[in-house]
Amino acid sequence: MLTCKEVSKLVSQSLDRRLSLVEWVGLRIHFFVCDGCRRFREQMAFIRRACQHYPH
Amino acid sequence: MNNQTKPGHFPAGTLEEYRPYLLRYALLQLRDSTLAEDAVQETLLAALESRSKFSGKSSPKTWLTGILKHKIIDLFRKQAKEATQISIEMELGSGAGDFDALFQPDGHWSTWPQAWADPLKNLENQKFWEIFEVCTKLMPANTARAFMMREFLGLSTKEICKDLQISATNCWVMLYRARMSLRLCLQHNWFGGNFEEK
Repeated sequence: MLTCKEVSKLVSQSLDRRLSLVEWVGLRIHFFVCDGCRRFREQMAFIRRACQHYPH
Repeated sequence: MNNQTKPGHFPAGTLEEYRPYLLRYALLQLRDSTLAEDAVQETLLAALESRSKFSGKSSPKTWLTGILKHKIIDLFRKQAKEATQISIEMELGSGAGDFDALFQPDGHWSTWPQAWADPLKNLENQKFWEIFEVCTKLMPANTARAFMMREFLGLSTKEICKDLQISATNCWVMLYRARMSLRLCLQHNWFGGNFEEK
């Protein structure tokens, strides 16, 4: 199983490249059991959204 | 602002109204007031010359920002050419352990990510953007440039790798660090800090 540290890197990379199926499934399984990484993923998505929202 | 400007009817006199906004945008990206002022000046001149091409489909602000973005991308490319590979390598090397403290040795979070309550409402908050801008300034120069190219100027990682002359892996590392640093700074100074407005 992926560690939270590995998950944080993959979540960031998912914003820059297409993940492999194995990576994607690894993330899904991890999110299923880890609140912290789910929050982290939401925060990364928020940061992207914030940047796109500027100019405001 | 005036969103009803008709095609080819961009009044030259109104261009100046957008200068403060454009300057703030350029400063966020370039982090150098002289460069930012020059980029805005060139943008306004280019807009003045080509205002007959303004289609009116987007707002003048969006149109002007589009011109400015191209100027900034050109500047970034120029800067990247001038930056030595050594400075980029050093930045990559020196930041290697920056976020280790967030994790335990076994890879679990040592500082558990806290929930950010209703984050989207902050996008309308001027104070949030002030903190956001301060946070981007904490990133090392090349890291910030990669982040701005990716998230603000909409370039692909492939283009960024090429411009900064770094491998795809190093590009992902830089973007990871940029996001981690921004997230941590927002957590400390906004979402979990004293500035949050309920």
